[in-house]
Amino acid sequence: MQVLEVINPGITTTIQDLGRYGYQRYGLPVSGAMDVFSLRVANGLVGNDEREAGLEITAVGASFRFLSDAVIAITGGDLNPHINNQAVSMWHPIVIEAGSRLDFIESRAGFRAYVAIHGGIDVPLVLGSRSTDVRSGIGGLDGCSLQRNDILSIMTEESSLTFSGKTIRFDDIPVYDHHHDVRILLGPQDDAFPSESISTLLSSTYRIGSASDRVGYRLEGPSIEHHTNADIISDATSFGTIQIPGDGMPIILFADRGTTGGYAKIGTVISADLGNLAQAAPGDTINFATVNVDVAYQSLESQRHVLIRISDSKPIMFGRREFSGFVSGKPFRALSPIKEIESSVTAPILSDHTVKVRAAEGGLPTDFTVHTRTIIESPGE
Amino acid sequence: MYDQLKFLVSGDSNLVVEVGDTISREVHHKVQALYSAITAAEIPGIEELVPTYRSIAVNYNSFVTRQDELQLKINDLMIAPQASVKSRIFDIPVSYGGNYGPDLEFVANHNNLTIREVITIHTQQEYPVYMFGFAPGFAYLGGVSERITTPRLETPRIVIPAGSVGIAEAQTGVYPQESPGGWQVIGRTPLKFFNPSQDPPVFLNIGDLIHFHAIEQEEYVGIEELIRLGSYEVNYNVV
Repeated sequence: MQVLEVINPGITTTIQDLGRYGYQRYGLPVSGAMDVFSLRVANGLVGNDEREAGLEITAVGASFRFLSDAVIAITGGDLNPHINNQAVSMWHPIVIEAGSRLDFIESRAGFRAYVAIHGGIDVPLVLGSRSTDVRSGIGGLDGCSLQRNDILSIMTEESSLTFSGKTIRFDDIPVYDHHHDVRILLGPQDDAFPSESISTLLSSTYRIGSASDRVGYRLEGPSIEHHTNADIISDATSFGTIQIPGDGMPIILFADRGTTGGYAKIGTVISADLGNLAQAAPGDTINFATVNVDVAYQSLESQRHVLIRISDSKPIMFGRREFSGFVSGKPFRALSPIKEIESSVTAPILSDHTVKVRAAEGGLPTDFTVHTRTIIESPGE
Repeated sequence: MYDQLKFLVSGDSNLVVEVGDTISREVHHKVQALYSAITAAEIPGIEELVPTYRSIAVNYNSFVTRQDELQLKINDLMIAPQASVKSRIFDIPVSYGGNYGPDLEFVANHNNLTIREVITIHTQQEYPVYMFGFAPGFAYLGGVSERITTPRLETPRIVIPAGSVGIAEAQTGVYPQESPGGWQVIGRTPLKFFNPSQDPPVFLNIGDLIHFHAIEQEEYVGIEELIRLGSYEVNYNVV
């Protein structure tokens, strides 16, 4: 079912899921969401499997028009989202009606927003993932970032009557700043650097350069000297690797990184800090601190608990009401717009309604009163 | 080659296992043997292996396993002797020169050879696939003859077609997709080195050997057509 049209993709909008794993040995980049945590949360809030694809929206200027009713959640960077010129809350499932416009006005905190849509974006799986890998030209919509007038569909049909969204605790919502304290593990090639270089990395403040993108963040600050030279026998990279090329300026590798690289890698950002770091904008500052691997594991475990708490939260039920009856002797059936509905409803209800029938196929009037039977499936299961 | 495996921390979900610190067939055979051993062991929590010239990156799920446990398990593996590693030899058809290889003449002149001699030298070698990287399906090959090494183009081309066979210093390789590039392009193969509509998307594997053989342009067009119809089998022998 068609769900939205791109009015303006802004700086860059791409379709991303958790990444295309399993093919790095063939040189295929992982790609996927830069801030995987925020995408997972967005999917959780609209009742999607965490592996569904969402939109990754960068900084400013993106606008969309919804072609059908949908339940969406906006997470990640606060790009000041507005629906029909009214500010809309983030980190919560919301109903957006057909015809509505969603605009991302400006970056207030963070750099990338994620939009999950109940049902998940319907683009083909390419090698197990829907993520757009622009450089390889695969995934997403024809391997490209979204363009004006692109139309996206979701994988549910209009007849899907009820489903549940979820909520996140206020304390579990990340806070983004323009300074980032980032925890790293040293290695894999920290032995390519004298101890003074490691001290420099850990005691200096680095600025994120303007040539930063989904491949990597180029940092500006004190130069990191190698023992002899920057080159190693090329080996595999990982998400968050800090490589130091010959000019001594660190580059942190992100989602679209090449699978292998030939520069010595001094350290790697811990997984739990990657989401917030992906929200850093050019001009933001970074300080690095080392931790041991157990701290890294524990931090990731705490982050997983956020997702578990979302999954365990009280469901918010969304649904359509199905109307059927007779108008001037002719039978008709119609669906109401999606609404938040009482989660306590467990049985079909009989009642009278005034309904606004959309999609007047048989030339029905738009407002009229009929006897209806409202069907709400029990969400209980 | 190291006496023992060397383990390097590469973040909290990636452990690098190094077997040596040189680029050689011998070291790479050890990488292949280790790759087979880790794959066969089906160690819970291992999500992906990325083998390179002299190491394997082991991507793992830290909710299932941890680096100290992985290190113990990998150290305990029985690794087959390098000599037992088998290779597949792939025959890669290449149309040299002309529109497909605009730099063939430059490579010949640079090395004081005739065009025919460059083709003979390039097709004599068996090139081992050491690893993939740089782009999907781009194979890092070993073993280019010194007699045809040539520096990169002074000005890289904006578009190099997929299948282009190039030389850059002592490296040779095939561009899997259309891309910009600075290699001296000496020919083109109709084979698809990266095909995302197939799984796996790359027909080569690390450890395979590549043998280029020269074909005429008409044969190139014929193979291209067979590939388009899905009725072309890539030939290989096991040695």
